Amino acid sequence: MLQYLIQKEFRQIFRNAFIPKILVVLPLMVILVFPWAANQEITHIRVNIVDGDHSPYSRRLTDKIAASPYFELIAVSSTHDEATAMMEDGQVDLILEIEPDFEKHGVTQNPAALHIAANAVNIMKGGLGANYMGQIIRNFMEEIQAETVPGQTNPGLPVIRITSQNRFNPHGDYKIFMIPALLVMLLTIICGFLPTLNIVSEKEKGTIEQINVTPVKKTMFILGKLIPNWMMGLVIMSVYLGLAALVYGLVPAGNILAVYGFAVLYILVVSGIGLIISNYSSTTQQAMFTMFFFMIIMILLSGLFTPIASMPAWAQTMTLFNPLRYFAEIMRMIYLKGSSIWELGGPFFALTIMACVFNIWAILAYRKSQ
Amino acid sequence: MNSVIQASQLTKRFGNFTAVDHISFEVAKGEIFGFLGANGAGKTTAMRMLCGLSKPTSGQGLVAGYDIAKQPEEVKKHIGYMSQKFSLYEDLKVWENMQLYAGIYGMNIKQIRPKIDEKLHQLGLFDERNTFVSQLPLGWKQKLAFSVAIFHEPQIVFLDEPTGGVDPITRRQFWELIYEAADRGITIFVTTHYMDEAEYCHRISMMVDGKIEALDTPKNLRERFRAATMDEVFYQLARKGREN
Repeated sequence: MLQYLIQKEFRQIFRNAFIPKILVVLPLMVILVFPWAANQEITHIRVNIVDGDHSPYSRRLTDKIAASPYFELIAVSSTHDEATAMMEDGQVDLILEIEPDFEKHGVTQNPAALHIAANAVNIMKGGLGANYMGQIIRNFMEEIQAETVPGQTNPGLPVIRITSQNRFNPHGDYKIFMIPALLVMLLTIICGFLPTLNIVSEKEKGTIEQINVTPVKKTMFILGKLIPNWMMGLVIMSVYLGLAALVYGLVPAGNILAVYGFAVLYILVVSGIGLIISNYSSTTQQAMFTMFFFMIIMILLSGLFTPIASMPAWAQTMTLFNPLRYFAEIMRMIYLKGSSIWELGGPFFALTIMACVFNIWAILAYRKSQ
Repeated sequence: MNSVIQASQLTKRFGNFTAVDHISFEVAKGEIFGFLGANGAGKTTAMRMLCGLSKPTSGQGLVAGYDIAKQPEEVKKHIGYMSQKFSLYEDLKVWENMQLYAGIYGMNIKQIRPKIDEKLHQLGLFDERNTFVSQLPLGWKQKLAFSVAIFHEPQIVFLDEPTGGVDPITRRQFWELIYEAADRGITIFVTTHYMDEAEYCHRISMMVDGKIEALDTPKNLRERFRAATMDEVFYQLARKGREN
């Protein structure tokens, strides 16, 4: 019985004017465009320097900033007001103000004579900009100290030099961080939305009436919807992984079978959610909006774009019920860190429970009679 | 009487509205039973209850020997149903629809193929077997829907306005199919708004406002209401409903 239901779904999918195109275009878009766009690395921060000192030191610092890949020196203003006006106009993101006695104080090591003002409308740009600027200035001061007190870089103050190394993503490449996460998004969208629209569209067309009057078992009917979706998800994932290797040279550090194993489980979870919504909806619009609502919550609480550890406690608790959170974590761990299935027991357990609960729910929510 | 459908005091309420109001009747095996009534009289609701698609609010119904409230899935194994609205898959080909339903009813895989060919020849649709259902004219769609409804040789087939919007020639052909099925022992339970079709039925029930107002052979009904045609019988009863 099941084979006929699955065959029917595939026939309908491939004859649909729209779905096969989406299945090709979406993975291509996601792998070729999104890793470049979904980039939170900040560069090209526009700087205005107000040089009140006009000393060799202040000029050296200005050159150093202009040479940094993070900054773009837009102007050197002579007054604070002039610089502030430019920031208000949106021409600059950051103002560095060098006070008149900068060189003198720099040598005598009196307290600060520099001000940084960052435009925090875009908090990421403002915060990171101020941070990078601080680093450049610290480096500059170390250089100055080394020159003024030759052979003694440490006049009383202990200088701690910190070196950091990015493990598992040595160049700190944002694309490598995002590629496993974008796979999660892709599977969520395709394997979540298609089943959401499926049952409800059969209701709208009236075809479900003819099915409901047959002795088809509820479980068979739901499996007939689930299995084609599941197979499609795995094919799309394979295309995506192939392109990730081809275009970005990114292959999983861990076992590829583990990637597939978890994907199998995750697709069951999202499809189950879609089928539940589809069962309770009476129109496709209603189903779409409901799924969209849940999907946005799941994405925001997934840790894909913002770290979970910095969310408030209540939001962190909510993420525990979010399948996306587990899958995103798993994908990054396997892909970048090479974790094995055994190290991912917790997420595995959580996803298994969700897959069971959601799909049993979907079967129960399917009503053959009113 | 060897009855395959028994309804007693069958009732369906939606909130305050009583769509089907304590109806009782029996249908014998092999009978062509006409289920008549004005739009909104409760025919479709009653039929959906008998098919196990809708749960009765109260009352009892036995179809093919199974209780419609307690064993709806058993009922479904022994009936065929053709809904008022065409409900086969428009994006599947003619033979694919037949194959799907044959498979769902658990027909043997080896039997399906020859049976599809046989049915297609019988319907005169063999040349259209690879046509998408969406491209068939309405009359052909209805014939296809009927043959899918009886493909698994059910004991009873429920037809909800099977000839609505169909031309007279196709309607005539359709009734030939119905008679053929009845000859094979399939009980026919049919609703219609065409009074000439009502004459083809062995017995007719007239539903008015959720109740069965009359139930007899077409001939007896005409005599009882002193009417020349079934049309007049229908007018007299339906008007009675309006006045209430």
